[in-house]
Amino acid sequence: MNLQFEDLTIRLAETPTFTVDVLEEVENVLQVVVENREEFPVFVQLDDDQILCTSYLFDHAQVQEGQLVSMQAAMLAMNVPMPLSAFGLIGDRYVIFGALARHASFEDLMHEIEVLSDNSLEAVEAMIDYLKQEKTA
Amino acid sequence: MSLWTKLFKAVQGAATEVGEDIVDSQALRILDQEIRDASSALQKAKTNLTSMMAEQRGTERQVNRLRDGVREHEGYAIAAMNKGEQSLAEEVAAKIAEMESEQQQQQGLLDNYTQHIEQLRNNIRTTERNLDALRRKSQMVKTTENVQKAQSAIASRFSGGNSAMRSATDSLERIQKRQQLAADQMQAAAELEQDSSGSDLNSRLSAVGIGQQNTSTQSVLERLKASNRLEQG
Repeated sequence: MNLQFEDLTIRLAETPTFTVDVLEEVENVLQVVVENREEFPVFVQLDDDQILCTSYLFDHAQVQEGQLVSMQAAMLAMNVPMPLSAFGLIGDRYVIFGALARHASFEDLMHEIEVLSDNSLEAVEAMIDYLKQEKTA
Repeated sequence: MSLWTKLFKAVQGAATEVGEDIVDSQALRILDQEIRDASSALQKAKTNLTSMMAEQRGTERQVNRLRDGVREHEGYAIAAMNKGEQSLAEEVAAKIAEMESEQQQQQGLLDNYTQHIEQLRNNIRTTERNLDALRRKSQMVKTTENVQKAQSAIASRFSGGNSAMRSATDSLERIQKRQQLAADQMQAAAELEQDSSGSDLNSRLSAVGIGQQNTSTQSVLERLKASNRLEQG
């Protein structure tokens, strides 16, 4: 039995360390904030075939001049060993994401969200040398 | 331009406007048509296969029946010859010859069916693979479109209309500070716990010589000296 969007929303919202929000502008997309990590929410998108979990890291503008190519190479190299997640690019935003089969269990999804949240912090930390350091309020 | 190439171009440009189709509707219609064609070809091939298999089984039964008939009549012919019934034996032999030629014909038909079935099975496998690939392509288009649609909705979440994202390094720093704070608070709480359970008070009392004393080198020596004096005195 595949997870249904509404059930999924309720069950995630019942998880004490998660704050869940339904995006109104698009169908079947949730924002999940893991406690104390408001800056890197995880977006969960249900599709016919898969459940896509995405965390937005930073955009092109934050990458240091001349570092883009080596940063992207580092990301590609990291993709292989990074557990469950992979780097991606949506528009001008770098993301890490993980996809689950549509018939994945709720526990699988919980695990995916937790791992993705951990990985997003690790990823920013690992990429920090390529990023601009100046404060942008 | 292949679908992959189109998708590739679509996802490369951040310029894609909301609502703008990733792949033009013409290409999607062609893809849908291809999926429908492949599905109906697959259905037809499967129907063919089942009727072909039924024919094959029927022919196989026929071949077996003829083979049994030949064996049976060979027995009759031998029996007739043994009894000296030459003309009867010849009649049976003619019947055997007839059945054998029929059997050969049916065997040829059976081989033909078997070969056709093998070929149909291969066709079905190929069509199924093809159909899977087409469906994956169609799903890719849908996923790309969904992700792009969600993207603009998500973008407005980060910075309230301003399309620039928050600095990731700042965010990380803030999270790490909060984590450090939480860790400090836990440690402080643990210290408080220790204080209130009295272990701190006890250690302060013992420092000024009240309550339970820790055994020290000095106290051991004092004790030994005292007992030595007693023995000597």
